[in-house]
Amino acid sequence: MDIETPIVKVNELDFSYGNEPVLENVSFSIRQGDFVAVIGPNGGGKTTLLKLMLGLLKPQNGTIEILGSPAGKVSHLIGYVPQDVHINSSFPITTLDVVLMGKLGPDKRWAKNSAGNREEARQALDRMGMSGYENHRIGELSGGQRQRVFIARALATNPRLLLLDEPTASIDSKGQTDFFKLLKSLNEHMTILVVSHDLLVISTHVKSVACVNRRLHYHNDTELTGDMLETMYPCTVEDVCPVELVAHGVPHRVLKQHKE
Amino acid sequence: MNEALQFEFMQNALMAGLLASVICGIMGTLIVVNRIVFLSGGIAHAAYGGIGLAFFFGWPYLVGTLGFSLVAAMIMAAVTLRARHRADTIIGVIWALGMATGIILLDLTPGYNVDLMSYLFGSILTVPSSELWIMLIMAGLITGLVGLFYKDILALSYDEEFARIRGVPVRSLYFTLIGMLAVTIVIVIQVVGLILIIALLTIPPFIMEKYAKSMFQMMAGASVLAAVFTIAGLWLSYEFDLTSGATIILVAGTGFFLSLGIDQLLNIQRRRAVRPPEKKINSGLRKQE
Repeated sequence: MDIETPIVKVNELDFSYGNEPVLENVSFSIRQGDFVAVIGPNGGGKTTLLKLMLGLLKPQNGTIEILGSPAGKVSHLIGYVPQDVHINSSFPITTLDVVLMGKLGPDKRWAKNSAGNREEARQALDRMGMSGYENHRIGELSGGQRQRVFIARALATNPRLLLLDEPTASIDSKGQTDFFKLLKSLNEHMTILVVSHDLLVISTHVKSVACVNRRLHYHNDTELTGDMLETMYPCTVEDVCPVELVAHGVPHRVLKQHKE
Repeated sequence: MNEALQFEFMQNALMAGLLASVICGIMGTLIVVNRIVFLSGGIAHAAYGGIGLAFFFGWPYLVGTLGFSLVAAMIMAAVTLRARHRADTIIGVIWALGMATGIILLDLTPGYNVDLMSYLFGSILTVPSSELWIMLIMAGLITGLVGLFYKDILALSYDEEFARIRGVPVRSLYFTLIGMLAVTIVIVIQVVGLILIIALLTIPPFIMEKYAKSMFQMMAGASVLAAVFTIAGLWLSYEFDLTSGATIILVAGTGFFLSLGIDQLLNIQRRRAVRPPEKKINSGLRKQE
């Protein structure tokens, strides 16, 4: 596939639950290899945007393309790490079996899990520092461990695009530094999109920022690394993007003002 | 029990109980992990409408009941997929309507009074051999289907959203699952009655869920447990001349509370094992005060 094809291309997208508009006239595109942080207030449409990209929801207007194909047709190219790591924690399932779910595909119905798949699943767990837990029940793990298992599951899909919904919620702040180092190394092979209302996640590894609050403002990497003068304008246009920057020991990064 | 097994009806009852145990062990596990126990209750009770329909029009039992239950089950499945937060209400409505329809239709059926009790508690002691064959085929079909689609069913049950993203045909799989459930209920109801079927569908999987490491282990364990309850219940009902269906349920219920009790004891023991360091912290705090 052409490296120039944007991994995500959203064009004039509208989405509402019933009469409640959630996203309005959203257009943006993400280039391959990007590392995007999606920020915005709760209820601003961040998770909805993820679900639209995954094809779990259908937009009322507009189009979403993943690598040039309509979203939903190619969702197996996306590795997804859900927000809630506590789903079904009493479910009788081992860590390895959870990761093996990542090896399911649209045209592999009743084949057994091959030794190769198991090996890949083990490697994914190992990469997340979770080897040795293969035969533990998923409910016995802590929240942070479970999240690493879910990331391993997403990695087992060999994704082109990795979507993480509020991944830092169950990691302490020391863990977050390591976590973003890990994401940075993953970013060498895949595009990453992280959703968060927690601004600490805007670590220095992030290349682009999307502010979502019904509208979406995309600050791409040229802007983030661009001229200091240009980036002096704060990203606080009232209700469009009411966020403040909080940072400990890292230089502030200030975004250009949204142009209406 | 040995002398009892000389009777053909007792052999049939035992076979029917064992087959029902296998079917209920597998389907019950799916019901418990997918949290559709209420929906299963809805199907089982709505099946009454089908029984009424069959008697009113003089259709064979299976035609009327299976047709009616499948329709009711599909409506419930569609509602559960679409409006999860309203699903329980609508299932409750269909549950009641199905039962009422059945009873009114039986009232209107001239000159025929079916014993409703036999559908509530079943008539495991009067199972004909033909019925056993149908159950055997059913058990084979269910085992085969669940085995074939095991990975997909597992993904659907554990994380529906992720399964959908991976391209698992979640919708059709879910409807198949509910369809299988309706067929299971209709066929097993004749033998063990609708109260016993709910007990066999829920109690053994519930007990096994805590100990199983996989859905397969839960299914296998639940089947064995259900078989143990059934055999013990049949034996007790024979020895003490009690209603067989109700005895089996009481045995299963005893098992249920025993397992809860054992869990409590294990929890207390575990807490005791970790208590000493806790105590130190407490006494330390008190001194500071």
